[in-house]
Amino acid sequence: MQIGGDMPFNFNNSNVGPRETRLGSITGYAGDLENLVYCSHNGSLKNKERCFSQSSSCLSGCALSQLLGIRNIAIIYHAPSGCATIAEGANITLGQLAARINKTTNSVVVSTDLDENDTVFGAIESLRKIIKHTYDTYHPDAMFVSSSCVSGVIGENIDDLSEELKDEYPVPVIPVHCEGFKSRIWASGFDISDHAVMQGIVKPPKGKRPVINFKNFFESARPQITKLFAEFGVAPQFLYLNSTVEELSHISESLATVCICGTLGTYLGNALEEKYGVPYVRTINPNGIAGFETWLRKIGETIGKQKEVEAYIEKQRAVYIPQIEEVKKELRGLRCVIGMGPGYTYEVTRVLQELGMEVVWALAWHYDYKYDNGQVPPALDYLQKTAPKDMKLSISDQQNYEVMNILNRYKPDLYFSRHPGSTVWAIKQGYAALFVADEYMIFGYEGTLSFAKTILDTIKNRSFEKNLASRIKLPYTKWWYEQNIDKFMTISQTTNGTNN
Amino acid sequence: MAKILDQPRYKCALAAMQTVQSIPGAIPILHAGPGCAAKLNDNNGTSGQYSANIFPCTSISEKEVVFGGADKLRNTIRNALRVIDADMFVVLSGCTGEIIGDDIQEVTQEFSDEEKPVIWVKAPGFKGNNYVGHDWVLSAIFNQYLKTPAPVQKTKGLVNLFAGVPQQDPFWLGNLRELENLLRAVGLTPNTIFGFGRGPENIRKLPEAEYSILVSPWTGTGSAEFLEKKFGIPLLKYPVLPIGAFETSKFLRAVGDFCKIDKNNIEEVIKKKEEEYYYYIERFADTFLETRIMGKRFTVVSDAQYALAVTKFLVNDLGQFPETQFITDDTPEEYRDAIRAQFRDLNYGIQADVEWNTDGHDIDTKIRGMDFAGTPLIVGSNWEEKIARQLGAHFINISYPMIDRLVINSSVAGYSGGLKLLEDIYTAALGRLSL
Repeated sequence: MQIGGDMPFNFNNSNVGPRETRLGSITGYAGDLENLVYCSHNGSLKNKERCFSQSSSCLSGCALSQLLGIRNIAIIYHAPSGCATIAEGANITLGQLAARINKTTNSVVVSTDLDENDTVFGAIESLRKIIKHTYDTYHPDAMFVSSSCVSGVIGENIDDLSEELKDEYPVPVIPVHCEGFKSRIWASGFDISDHAVMQGIVKPPKGKRPVINFKNFFESARPQITKLFAEFGVAPQFLYLNSTVEELSHISESLATVCICGTLGTYLGNALEEKYGVPYVRTINPNGIAGFETWLRKIGETIGKQKEVEAYIEKQRAVYIPQIEEVKKELRGLRCVIGMGPGYTYEVTRVLQELGMEVVWALAWHYDYKYDNGQVPPALDYLQKTAPKDMKLSISDQQNYEVMNILNRYKPDLYFSRHPGSTVWAIKQGYAALFVADEYMIFGYEGTLSFAKTILDTIKNRSFEKNLASRIKLPYTKWWYEQNIDKFMTISQTTNGTNN
Repeated sequence: MAKILDQPRYKCALAAMQTVQSIPGAIPILHAGPGCAAKLNDNNGTSGQYSANIFPCTSISEKEVVFGGADKLRNTIRNALRVIDADMFVVLSGCTGEIIGDDIQEVTQEFSDEEKPVIWVKAPGFKGNNYVGHDWVLSAIFNQYLKTPAPVQKTKGLVNLFAGVPQQDPFWLGNLRELENLLRAVGLTPNTIFGFGRGPENIRKLPEAEYSILVSPWTGTGSAEFLEKKFGIPLLKYPVLPIGAFETSKFLRAVGDFCKIDKNNIEEVIKKKEEEYYYYIERFADTFLETRIMGKRFTVVSDAQYALAVTKFLVNDLGQFPETQFITDDTPEEYRDAIRAQFRDLNYGIQADVEWNTDGHDIDTKIRGMDFAGTPLIVGSNWEEKIARQLGAHFINISYPMIDRLVINSSVAGYSGGLKLLEDIYTAALGRLSL
């Protein structure tokens, strides 16, 4: 398959297809790793829909929180009040995150607070006024006009309005399509934000700059990465948190794009490569030792700094590998269940196996059979070659009842999750659990070492989960725990992947 | 009509799923998008036996938008009854389901013979915010779950009690428990449906009560009036959440009058409570008087409940002066005059201006223009932190959104709640200058 060949990016249209239709991604599967990969390759992979599901997440959260991370922008959210709750967190969290780099941010979400009348008569003129109010009040560097389920269903045309307003304001006015019903895969929201940035902010390159685009979430390792990259004579441009519209307009001039999470980075990385020839470094990610070394070597190769990278690796190995080996002795043989977004499931599974632990069941919140370059995600590809073939695996959009059933069946030593509201349920069922919250929790040698130590701490003091689990009532019936986890999955459609 | 909602301090009606969640044993079933519950679940302390990602949800997709979502809802309810161990299921429909016209009443009523009650409530976000959604949820539960026809055997001294909106009000549970304590102190037996140790059996007990008391300037009026009409339970609508001695004693007198309790008993309770309260006040009176950077004037930016309650407390207990007060809960017009009148009824003929506003930036601008004649005191939510910092004001976070402060079960209601609020206010001041 030709890289990028079958995936044209169209930035003349504000819509970007959700992952189900664009990449053939699925949210329902239960089986094992080998079968999943086999079915993906021969085109027989079928998505399973559920006739019972629990609340999960909305793509608008992923899309708009990414955009809100850009400093001094405004989102005008054409939605009822509930959708705008992202504003509350943004106010506090973004301020705290900007303060970490000694900056401030004035990014805002202003909502149109749609009411019943608007669902009958439309509210595009009110939206126009509120856009003007927002500009006059905050003077943002860019305005993103977002739709919602309601404005989408009643057919409010934010594209035409944004087009009309283009000449009225000296800053970009960019439509963003956040109808939550479009996709079961909230990660589609990442693509929506990337599409908006590519469509409305990124400019064609005027030259090359010694910068590497670094896409991540909360940039907690910003100081370490900045220092690391300085050793190779390049500077990171972190995306999108704490970036500015001006900085983003130049990301087409960077030497390469890397991303801490394949799910997060696929659209922007591939789009920058296809449209502006900025190489997208696609390797396994810098989690654990194999991940970090593979990733760093590929960056070295991409920017022509192989020698420096090898010297760095040698120096760091001498410091950290003996320490990691020491902790590993106590981790060997621990049985784990893990539930994360697919950008991390395969990554963390690899690291756990690297640390000598056994992953008895891995859940991914969705499954991208391929990324926007038409290729299998590198971490999955790697896992096929290194993990036990019969490793149990399921795809589930954070369906908690399935997770709890699996835990009850396999009774692991540990449960790992990266998504808020998941680990708490494992401990309530009495299993030690670790919230792999930060995207840099297992970054590089140092991160791998502290991750290993944290696992040890987690299993050595089980007081919290024992105390809690013995005193609470679980939310599920005995009947449910006796069922197979795919009880409610039914085959209804094949994927829309190119193999069909 | 669409309006500017900048710095939101409420959520949509579907967030009343939190009202359901606060009744132990009850779980919402959402006919809504996959991410509605996650978004609306943005307060602290929303776990429990069921958290948002346990809530069954039809996760409406494009398919349902085109072909209708009734089948999906039917399957979701049927299987929720098998999978979830709950005592009560409350189906809430969100925006999309309502626009495409799914009949949730019809689907839900197919389950009327189930062992567990299945209630339905239309709660689309475009129809109102969570302050009204809360009332819709309670009305629906009372109407559909309480089928007992009148007359009902009354239990002497039993009083139904309702106050702040669960989870939207960060102090909802602590306040409710403190109000219960106050009723117990005057010999009544409170019946509440929220929080630990309560549940559907308390809902079943509602008709047995002699009285209902709603401590709220407006939220919850419809559901409390429903109980009044259907079961003939006299309702005391008490608009002011009592904070501190002055307002709490006033509250107890009103309760005593309404519930026909001997005046002497009431006065005896008040005397004891006030003596204890003023024991503490006396011990710290010098702190209250001599904190150099404590001014005399304040503003509150909050829902009607706290804007009113804090104003009454600071004026009538602590001798402060109100600047304009801002109410951010989009109170329906019909209730506004009565609330305005409350702001004019303060000691020494003091009157507070009150303004309803959902544009946070505009509120900031107005606060900036106020003459505080000293260090300002701003009581509000996370949103006011910034303007308070810019003005060098003392800032107390008392209402949603409260992202960076954790409240577990503390209370700002009653005599003890007044002391708690004083602790918070003077901690803020002493934290900046302890001279």
